Parts: sequence; structure tokens; C-alpha cells
Amino acid sequence: MLSRNAESLFWTSRYMERADNLARHMEVGYRMSMIPAQSGGYASEWHSILTATNTINQFSQVYAEQSEENVVQFLIYDDSNPSSIVSCLRVARDNARQVRTAITSEVWLAINQMYLAFREFEADPANRLALPELCDWVKRQASMVRGAFINTQLHNDGSDFFSLGYFVERADNTARALDIKYHILLPTTEVVGGGIDNYQWSTLLRALGAYRSFHWEYGGDHSPAKVAEFLILNRRCPRSLSHCVRQTTKQLDNLCSSYQKYLPAQTHALRMLDDISSTSVDQIISNGLHEYLRDFILENNHLAERIGESFLFGER
Amino acid sequence: MKSGDRVREPYKDVLRWIESTDPAVLLQKHREAETLFRQIGITFAVYGEGGDTERLIPFDIMPRIFTANEWSKLERGIKQRARALNAFLWDVYHRGEIVRSGRIPAKLVYQNDAYERAVVGISPSHKVFSHVVGVDMVRTGPDEFYVLEDNCRTPSGVSYMLENREIMMRLFPALFRSNRIMPVDNYPSLLRKTLKSVAPPKCEQEPTVVVLTPGSANSAYFEHSFLADQMGVELVEGRDLFVKGDFVYMRTTRGPRRVDVIYRRIDDSFIDPLCFRPESMLGVPGLMNAYRAGGVQICSAPGAGVADDKAVYTYVPEMIRFYLGEEPLLNNVRTWRCSEPDDLNYVLANLPELVVKEVHGSGGYGMLVGPAASKKEIEAYRLRILADPDDFIAQPTLALSTTPTYVDQELAPRHVDLRPYCLVGEKIELCPGGLTRVALKQGSLVVNSSQGGGVKDTWVLSN
Repeated sequence: MLSRNAESLFWTSRYMERADNLARHMEVGYRMSMIPAQSGGYASEWHSILTATNTINQFSQVYAEQSEENVVQFLIYDDSNPSSIVSCLRVARDNARQVRTAITSEVWLAINQMYLAFREFEADPANRLALPELCDWVKRQASMVRGAFINTQLHNDGSDFFSLGYFVERADNTARALDIKYHILLPTTEVVGGGIDNYQWSTLLRALGAYRSFHWEYGGDHSPAKVAEFLILNRRCPRSLSHCVRQTTKQLDNLCSSYQKYLPAQTHALRMLDDISSTSVDQIISNGLHEYLRDFILENNHLAERIGESFLFGER
Repeated sequence: MKSGDRVREPYKDVLRWIESTDPAVLLQKHREAETLFRQIGITFAVYGEGGDTERLIPFDIMPRIFTANEWSKLERGIKQRARALNAFLWDVYHRGEIVRSGRIPAKLVYQNDAYERAVVGISPSHKVFSHVVGVDMVRTGPDEFYVLEDNCRTPSGVSYMLENREIMMRLFPALFRSNRIMPVDNYPSLLRKTLKSVAPPKCEQEPTVVVLTPGSANSAYFEHSFLADQMGVELVEGRDLFVKGDFVYMRTTRGPRRVDVIYRRIDDSFIDPLCFRPESMLGVPGLMNAYRAGGVQICSAPGAGVADDKAVYTYVPEMIRFYLGEEPLLNNVRTWRCSEPDDLNYVLANLPELVVKEVHGSGGYGMLVGPAASKKEIEAYRLRILADPDDFIAQPTLALSTTPTYVDQELAPRHVDLRPYCLVGEKIELCPGGLTRVALKQGSLVVNSSQGGGVKDTWVLSN
């Protein structure tokens, strides 16, 4: 397949996944903003979401106050914010349009309809959905794109590139979401297990659609260590780092065997898989959860670069 | 159709159906069609207006209908024309017999902007230069058709022919069951066959065909990706290709892969920056060398445009007699060439009755429709003609026939034209149908989409 098409497929799914994750972050935000903070007043969850999405500097240049209204405008509707949901949908759709010949018409329809519908209610503030409905809508539409892909796309190299985009992006997002919880929990570590703490962790699990799964695996104990283990090391959790790295390796194995080539991206992914498989949550916490997540995010970025190099993405 | 207007026989069945259908249902069908076009993304880009750059072409739910007899006559005429145009192209890049014989002025050919010196002496497979010939036609009476112009480079719009049909079949299945309508959906496979049949001499295996597009910002990008998709071939941009030795390769995730036939949808002057415009980033450096060496086939061939300007058009009947020894089956519209003094005088004296066009113009831009123009506009245009007579031709405003069209929730007569697509390779093929463009404004003769025209499905009934 054309290198340029492989690249567009990779970015289409990355941006779809990014929009999905952003909606999940926003969901954490509005749930958290409804409960009182320990220090009195209400938790400033919006601040942590801006930090998680790495957009706080840009936000501060335009908006004075970190109110829900401003954050929603900035992270959902702002065209000039390249990380907003509307920007993600636009870029995903532009990339999909570039490779219409490499995706099925059902995948294209799902992406195009999502974009057009969003544009429609964006145009008229009176038609905008309330935040909880909007988050649900984005998640549901993103699931339809993913579903159309799974149901109709031929299992060829194109589908490997598309899947790679999902898992590289999802790993990044899960790591960032966890890192944010770590920051929030920092001042309250002495009351780990307390009511607020539990609420924050369970909210995170809910936003990731992993609340029920967590119970199946661990029962009702929302301890930070258990949640961290679930989201980092549990291979059965579809949003865990371990699962994402494993899937990435699988897609790269597919590509290498069908191309009969050994590629730097594969070496890199295998090393990441090795690392994550040979560690425990106790080790991670004693060496510092934040440090672990920061290193993971860097490694994951390197992986994306290796993928680009291995398959000749970009102009040359 | 309003009472009092005469309706041709083939329309009667459809009209009966429409008359017996609740107007609310028709309106709903009309809206459904628009929604489908928007969702599938059948759009064209509009340049330089800001805002929503992707626009829908208005779609009319009322089909245009030809009987099998009408069509077979058109088909013979179109194929004849496509053969003559290709013979002409081969000739003017070789010995130029038609010029030597004095039937076409040398100046018109050799000083034509579309004449490419870089192509002289090259002989593409089967001597074909123009692989897709779009012949624009109008009807003026029950048995009278006129050719308005020929498009030998990259005639666009064929994706609308195919998508219009898809949407009509979804919206009106009952009509398709009661009428016997020839299918058009084999066009992409005919096109693929045609392109494969003209593989270059140095291609020894199953030819690899690609569609070359300027990119997703181009107004016809939808069509480019649609055709590549339907043919099952790669859609490439210039930056995906490179030339090594006599061959062209595309950059793939498995490494370079050879390309044998390029169906290009970019203009000559952008094909190869080494040969034409040096600043262009759309093409492929060295492509013309590979073409000359027989390592790749470019469709349509560079230089094919010399056969389709509005001045050369007037000589097509002459080409048919000269190369084929036949009488033309389709009429040309009577055309005055302002480059000739007698014609110029006639044109200047009769501007209010004539349609005047720029020789190299396209898309309905820069033309004068005499009967619809004000005195001031006519005088301004007169000055333009006088400044450069060679650049203009004039034609009478024909008594164009109309077709029932669904406008403002009722049927009304509107002017239409037709562009069928003739494929020329080892064989010559014509798909039974084409793109019917319709002038949606009452009384208007201009059907171009850039001028507010719409499209409708074109039915050829089988016997």
C-alpha cells in the first residue's frame, strides 16, 4: 500500500481515539465538579484535565477563568485548539478522505456522518447538547466508527495500520489519565481509601468504561494500587497499557510477516512489551508512579516515530 | 409537466407515475437525495469563496430518457468522432498530413497553446492519445442533435453519472422495475480494461494502473478517489511517484512498486516540472522521459488538448472525412471563427442573437449570451473581441429542447445538455448513459455547475 495511505490510516484512527478519550476526560471533569473538595469549595478538576491534555498554556492565553463553560468551549468547540474534539474530528475526517480508497464505505460514512452532525449542532449554540449527552454522543459515534471498521474492513496491511493508530493513541491517553489522578491524589495520600479518594478512582474507571470490568477482576476495592495495576498491567483490560502494547506488537508482527521484513518499530515494541510484562505494580509504585508513566509516554512516542520510519511515512 | 407542453413518448410512463404520486412523497424523495449526496460526500470544491468549500451539485429526481433507437444513432456518431479526434492527434504529432493538405490552418495547430512540442514523434500504444473523450451535446428537435464541444483531456463528471444512478435506484426501485433501463455500472471496469489495453511497450507483466490526482483540495477530488476505488487501483499524488531509469515507481510500505499506466487527472503543464512548469509540485520529475522511453503510458497523452479547443472544433467534420472517409453522423453547431474576417464582420453585426465564447475558455466562464445580455454588456464584449479576434468563436442560440425537471415542488421544462464518455483503447466503448446537466434557472441556457446548474440521471431504455 502507498506509504502516504498507511500514514493517513494511522492518523485517522489516532484522531478518532483522541476525540473519544477527550470526551472521557470531560466526563471525569463534570462528575468530579459535582462533589465537594476536601479543602472546601469544589474540586478544580478542570485544571487537571487541561494538564492531562497538555493544553493549559494555550488555554491560559485565551481564557481568564478555568470555568466549565470556558473549558468546554476550548476542549470541545474551539477550532483554533488543535486538540479540541472538533479539531480531532476534522483531522480524522481529512485523513479518511485522503484514503477513501483504502477504507470501506461504511467506515467512511460513520466518520463523515459524525463530523457533519457535530458541525451541525456546533453551528447553533441553541442546539448544543448538554455536556453529559455530548460526551455520550462522542463515545457512541466513535464506537460506531470502530465497529464499522471491525465489521467490514479487510484484514490486510491497511487494517493493521488503522489498528496501530488506535492502540498507540489509547496507550498515551490511559497513561496521561492515570498520571493526572496521581497528581490529584498526591496531597491526600494519607487518606488513601477515604471517600473522596475512592470517588475519584471510581470516576476514572467509569470514564474509561472499565468500572464493571474492574469489579469482575478485583471486587469492590478501589485502592490506587489496584486501579493502577488494572490500567497498567492487566492484559484483559482493553484500555490498559499492557493490552495496548501487546496489540501494537501483534499488528507489527502481522505487517512484518506479510512484508517478510524485520523492522525497527517491531524491535522497539517488543522491548516495551518485555518491560511491561516483567514488572509489578509494587515495583512501579516504589520507583514512582509518575516517573513510570512519564517514561512510558516517551517510549510510546518513540514507538510512533519508529513506525513512521519503518513504513516510509512522510515526504522524502 | 404543465398541461399544454408536449411530452415525448419515453417519458410518459415516468410522468404517469409522478402524477399519481403524492407531492409530499416527491418532496421527501428530493430531500432524501440531497441527504444521501451529503452523507456519501459527493461534493465539488468551490475555490476562493471562503466558508464551506465543499458544495453539493443540485440533483434533479426527474430522469432524462433516451430510447434504444435514439441512443444507437448517438453511439455511432460519438464513436466516429472519437476515432477521428484520435487520428487527428496522432497525425499532428507525426507528419501533419491534414495540415499539409490544407484542410486545417497550420497556425491553428502548431501555434496552439495546447500543442506540446515535447510529444512530437511519440507514438502511444494503439496510436491513442485521448483515452476518454467527453462529447458535449444538445438536442434541438426529435431527431436532431448537435455537438457543442469535445473534451479530449480529462473530461470530468463521470462519477455523477454513476452516483446519480445509485441514488435513483435507491429512491425509485419501482420505476426501475417497470422501465428497462440499461445499466451504467460497468463503466469503471470498462475504463480499467481500456487503460490496461494501452500498457506501454516495456510493460511485460499484468499492467499496474494508477489514478494521478492533484490532491484532496482539487475540485474533482471526489471523482478521482471514486474512480480509483471503483477500478480497484491506487489513487496517487505526484509525491507518491518517482522516476528511475525508464520507469515510474510508487512509494509503498513494501518499498518501490512499478507503475505502468497513469490515468492522470492533472493538466499537461503540471505533469513534469523538468519538462513543463518548473515550480509545480503536483507532478513527477522525469515523467516525460519515462514516457518517451516507453516505460510508462500517460492517459490521456500529453498534448491531447490540441484537439479540443473551440477553434479546432469547427474542423472536426473535416477530420472525419479526411481520416475515416465517412460523412459525420453528428452535426457541429454552426460556428463563426472571429479569426476570419468575413466571420468576424458577421459576428460583430449580429452580437445580440449569438453566443460568443473564448476559444480556450471552459466552465461557462467569460461567454456572452447575446439574447440575455444588456446593451452595455454587448458593447463591452465587442471591445474584447476587437482586441483579439483570434480568441473568440460565435454560435447561434439554438432552439434547445427542454426536459421535465422538478423545480420548486413541481415539474417545469428546463434546458439540458448531455456528456457521454467514450473510452478509447485497443477497442472503443461507450457506456449507455452519460451526465445530463440541467440549467435550473428558468430560461437559462448555461448548465455548468459553476454557474448554478444541476445534474440528473440519464436513462437509455433497452429494446
